[in-house]
Amino acid sequence: MTKFIAWIDERLPVTKFVKNHLSEYYAPKNFNFFYFFGSLALFVFILQIITGIFLTINYKPDAASAFASVEYIMRDVEWGWLIRYMHSTGASFFFIVIYLHMLRALMYGSYKKPRELLWLFGMFIFVLLMAEAFMGYLLPWGQMSYWGAQVIISLFGAIPFIGESLALWIRGDYVISDATLNRFFAFHVIALPLLLFAVIYLHIAALHTVGSNNPDGIEIKANKNNDGVPVDGIPFHPYYTVKDIFGLAVFLTIFMFVVFFLPEFGGFFLEKDNFVPADPLKTPEHIVPVWYFTPFYAILRAVPDKLGGVIAMGLAIFVLFLMPWLDRCKVKSIRYRSISYKILLIAFIVSFIGLGYIGMKAPTPTLTLLGRIFTIIYFGFFILLYFTSKNEKTKPVPERVTMHD
Amino acid sequence: MSDNNNSSNRRNFLTNLTKVMGGVGAVFAAIPFLSSMSPSEKTKMAGAPIEIDVSNIQPGAFKIVEWRGKPVWVVHRTPEMLQKIKNDAEYLADPKSNEENQPQYAQNKFRSVKPEYLVLLGVCTHLGCSPLYKPGQNKDLGLEWKGGFFCPCHGSKFDLSGRVFKGMPAPTNLEVPPYYFASDTKLIVGADQG
Repeated sequence: MTKFIAWIDERLPVTKFVKNHLSEYYAPKNFNFFYFFGSLALFVFILQIITGIFLTINYKPDAASAFASVEYIMRDVEWGWLIRYMHSTGASFFFIVIYLHMLRALMYGSYKKPRELLWLFGMFIFVLLMAEAFMGYLLPWGQMSYWGAQVIISLFGAIPFIGESLALWIRGDYVISDATLNRFFAFHVIALPLLLFAVIYLHIAALHTVGSNNPDGIEIKANKNNDGVPVDGIPFHPYYTVKDIFGLAVFLTIFMFVVFFLPEFGGFFLEKDNFVPADPLKTPEHIVPVWYFTPFYAILRAVPDKLGGVIAMGLAIFVLFLMPWLDRCKVKSIRYRSISYKILLIAFIVSFIGLGYIGMKAPTPTLTLLGRIFTIIYFGFFILLYFTSKNEKTKPVPERVTMHD
Repeated sequence: MSDNNNSSNRRNFLTNLTKVMGGVGAVFAAIPFLSSMSPSEKTKMAGAPIEIDVSNIQPGAFKIVEWRGKPVWVVHRTPEMLQKIKNDAEYLADPKSNEENQPQYAQNKFRSVKPEYLVLLGVCTHLGCSPLYKPGQNKDLGLEWKGGFFCPCHGSKFDLSGRVFKGMPAPTNLEVPPYYFASDTKLIVGADQG
């Protein structure tokens, strides 16, 4: 065995790779709950790929047979229901995990120097993931698939001059049709997963170059022992592989509970209208996107102008890319930052959740007003952060990580 | 020394030229792929302008034709019907058709090129149901009802020019598709007069 590994290593340094990224990759020893979500996101990505491959075996990307082929998977294919529910539940859990992963970065300043590029790659993953989820939602060809796509693609029509031609080009037809379904299938199963794979690779490569941040937001590489090992670092394997496996076990318990007992999650994960086949001549009473898009959808609706709404929604995502440059505070972790950042972050989280709720409801005057207030708070977070973070009164940052045991 | 400089200048020039040519090539190579996503010939055929013979629509009658998967209505309005279409009625939400739901040549009280022929997209601007043609008096539809279109889904009412009544779920007047008359009886829907 040793000889075999030596033979391999001469031709491809596998042992060196394992050392660099696992057994001698030093991560800060003070990771907490919020550090589960990176590895969980990777797990859900792989789960989506595997369940997705098995779904494509029976799915038909054809407007005439798509809906029926999904029902066929649900009823007639052995274990088809399980594979499909894992895929649909996986989509929602992917966003839960990613939103918590991003919240972690906001709390501990994980986007700050030297991790700006790491954050940008992460944001690209987020945008790709939204496109992936949106296109995947068209595939069952239910009423909500159809009309949701109709509304979202029509948004491109609001762009001056080129809008209508752009929407036509995306649809490949004058209305959402078989042509649209077929291309969304191609993007959903080939193009976007390949891109996602590439950007996830870059995200992890960038992470392993600069090293993980931690809840204290200090650089463990600044404090090394005589062997060149960070004194506050522990090898990723076995310490964090074990921690992450525990996290995975808890995650899977919750995840499979939902898959078995609440796969529709009361209309949040699979909307009721989507159990009706797509009908181009009849719009459902109330069109709402799936829950993970509703905060951005609420921002779209908050602006009383069609183009303005589209711009606001785009900006709401784009402004996140700028976080490393909007936040000018040198201290990373919220633990040592001033009360102003804590208040801002809490207001931001409240507005995000509030917008998510409003985006699910039919618009009433009260909710529209509330949506506008939350939209102002959402953008206000970034503007105020830019001005308050420069001269923030921070607490002294410790030399070494603090262990909360 | 100068020889060295010359050769490195030459090398830089050739390298940059290669980059530019490669870039131009890549852009041109992308065109077929991007164009393949545009509506195909078959789709365009289905979405192409359609020809409607209006000579067989009796005065007061109504015809439905499919265009781009949507119903298009042609109504042959009688002089009496045209008389009932008021320039400005207080029960209409947008009597002047200020919302851009019609080509410019149809922005008048009849919302048409020839007053006697009304061409409309038969899709309710509320949620996409197809309204019903109710040409005559109708007690159920209220006293101001002088004929028009009634949407059975959520009760939106439109007059004989497809203009929406006030306080209806539908936000705007019915849409007028682009069209023109190629001859007295030949109506082309789906294109403006070229």
